[in-house]
Amino acid sequence: MCGLRLYKRYFLIQVKSAMQYKTSFLLTTIGQFLTSFNVFLGIYFMFQRFHAVEGFTYSEVLLCFSITLMEFSLAEAFFRGFDTFSGIIGNGEFDRIMVRPRNEILQVLGSRIELTRVGRFFQAVVLFIYGIMKSHVLWSWDKVLTVLFMLIGGTAVFSGLFLIYAAICFFTLEGLEFMNILTDGAREYGKYPISIYGKRVLQFCTFVIPYALIQYYPICYILEKNSSWWYPFLPLLSAMFLIPCLCLWKFGVYHYKSTGS
Amino acid sequence: MIEVQHLCKTFRVARRGAGFGQALHSLFRKDYAEIRALDDVSFSIQEGEMVGYIGPNGAGKSSTIKILSGILVPDSGSCIINGRVPWQDRISHVREIGVVFGQRTQLWWDVPVLDSYELLRDIYEVPEVVYQENLEEFTDLLNLSELLKTPVRQLSLGQRMRCEIAASLLHNPKILFLDEPTIGLDAVSKLAVRKFILKRNQFHHTTVILTTHDMQDIEALTKRIILIGRGKILLDGTLEDIPGSHGNMEQAMADLYRDYGI
Amino acid sequence: MGLQYRAAALAGISTQAFWGGMEILMFCAFYRADPSAFPMSLESTSAYVWLQQAFLALFMGWVMENEIFESIQNGNIAYELCRPIGLYRMLFVRSLAYRLSRTVLRCFPILLIAAFLPSPYGISLPPTPAAGMLFLPGMALGLFVSVAFTMLIYSLAFFTISPAGIRMVALSALEILSGSILPIPFFPKGMRRVLEILPFAAMQNVPLRIYSGDISGYEAIRALSLQAFWLVVLVGTGVILMNRASKKVTLQGG
Repeated sequence: MCGLRLYKRYFLIQVKSAMQYKTSFLLTTIGQFLTSFNVFLGIYFMFQRFHAVEGFTYSEVLLCFSITLMEFSLAEAFFRGFDTFSGIIGNGEFDRIMVRPRNEILQVLGSRIELTRVGRFFQAVVLFIYGIMKSHVLWSWDKVLTVLFMLIGGTAVFSGLFLIYAAICFFTLEGLEFMNILTDGAREYGKYPISIYGKRVLQFCTFVIPYALIQYYPICYILEKNSSWWYPFLPLLSAMFLIPCLCLWKFGVYHYKSTGS
Repeated sequence: MIEVQHLCKTFRVARRGAGFGQALHSLFRKDYAEIRALDDVSFSIQEGEMVGYIGPNGAGKSSTIKILSGILVPDSGSCIINGRVPWQDRISHVREIGVVFGQRTQLWWDVPVLDSYELLRDIYEVPEVVYQENLEEFTDLLNLSELLKTPVRQLSLGQRMRCEIAASLLHNPKILFLDEPTIGLDAVSKLAVRKFILKRNQFHHTTVILTTHDMQDIEALTKRIILIGRGKILLDGTLEDIPGSHGNMEQAMADLYRDYGI
Repeated sequence: MGLQYRAAALAGISTQAFWGGMEILMFCAFYRADPSAFPMSLESTSAYVWLQQAFLALFMGWVMENEIFESIQNGNIAYELCRPIGLYRMLFVRSLAYRLSRTVLRCFPILLIAAFLPSPYGISLPPTPAAGMLFLPGMALGLFVSVAFTMLIYSLAFFTISPAGIRMVALSALEILSGSILPIPFFPKGMRRVLEILPFAAMQNVPLRIYSGDISGYEAIRALSLQAFWLVVLVGTGVILMNRASKKVTLQGG
């Protein structure tokens, strides 16, 4: 049975499990919604006072925010296993995974699928549509494609960060809080185009962790703010970020096998 | 079939003293202690054998099992199982083994047992015909018919263990590792599990490696004993080789441990 | 013990330093966009952000102990009622201790880092001695008001089967209304006036702004009095509710 079909099986069993706890599921989804809604309110009220920041208006920021939120919630929904990997190692689940004749990554993916994140995803879609309506963007097929690339690249980058977190869990279970900077921090501060935080931040986010490639540059292309024709392809390029992440993961597994749990 | 030669494995464990002063010290530097989990361990097991792998806690049993399953890489020594090195050929090796950990379940907690079985069937790529055959046989021998539709979290320990053992054999593994399989079980379940394992070994020549402290399990299931203590193999023989084994087994074991100083 | 997790502690501090830093960069960007629309000085805003990070555990609404909720759920809380100390007072003191213990280790390193940052990104000493003197009672009152609010939530938990929903909504509302998401001066004028009167502002908004001199003099005294007022109201309501709840528990057996 090929990996994709097996994943589908995992997905169904996860859904079935989640449905056993309908109330909790609903509450968590609403809680997620409320948290993101508060972030949105923050943006809303700031723009009641200020009309633009670094050249971006309210509706443009909304577009940026909603796409980032979509990327993050997709990554959180499907790569949750890596996000909560400390638990998987801690309770011996990873040993069980190693004793099964399938790829470890596939199994970790299948072990946790967090559908409550769907609440956030739909909220992001609503905000996206709102942003489209309010902004003066002239939509063409290349811009639509750019959005699609952003979603793909963005989900890849966030998933890569989760992979890094999981890989670090192989070495130590302490001091992992700083990884939140890269994941939650990105979601939180990705609500504004990264350029507003200054040149150095933009450079970091272009060359070290490619946030700018999945958010700032493509958005500039869509909003036609001093961009180049190749900006839409940057998100796809950023998906290559997964490669070092996967290498780190493999190294982590190797380390785990050498030192035991 | 299982050929283990001169396995060695040492672990580094961070050591922290008690008290405030030590805690402060550990902020700046970590002390490590070296633990010799396995010290020149060698044995070989033929196909169809049923072996009891015993020893006190911390003797090195779980390290051995982890190496045999392919989860752990030894520092030195060799291990060949069915012509493969477990940790190098993980996926093909693991396809032929089944593992039961007494305390930790391999079944999915909130869904009916049958759903877990079907997912395991897909993970191990068991042909449908074989799966149905096995399912029927296990349901019959272990009395699982009422349990299959129940979520695992609602099962008692005895019921869950029976489902676990069945789950671990669905893919017809050649080797079965059992770690404390009857812990916490009532007498009826214990007997059912033992009978089932014996039958499996009889008809399918499944090699069984049993790690447990329950001497009744050992007596019922195994002819061969491998005793490990402080990382070394101390005894590799039969139950008869243990002095006092015709009397009280627990007492005999306690005496044995004492004699070996473990 | 906090000391044992050296890596965790370092990580936690750097995480908070990061969040503080990014917040300030964001405010700077908006300041550049339109300095006149900025309701407080940039220095005050930076001070606000750093104090908020340093004292996160003191004021944050989500600092509620699961253990307490659980014991309310399963009725174990009844054992507490057998003790001679009043339930309210006991839970209050316990929550205080919980928050203080979580703050003590974190706040100094963060403030130290912030102190070394160049203005306007960092934090400096209060502009006037009066600000410094009024800051401390403001913090104390803010802490007490936060805990009193938590007490209210605990009390309400006695009356429902599932406090998770209440907790969630309460926390969400608290976040936005107390100035955690956005400092209250940044809200539109009308909303700002309303928010400043509500008890939520009494939690962190008042002391944090007193520190940087954003609220000073007569206004500061007034703000402190308002804090005290809300403290009395919240504690009073909480005590009444909890007494009602205790009666319910002892009558029904949990």
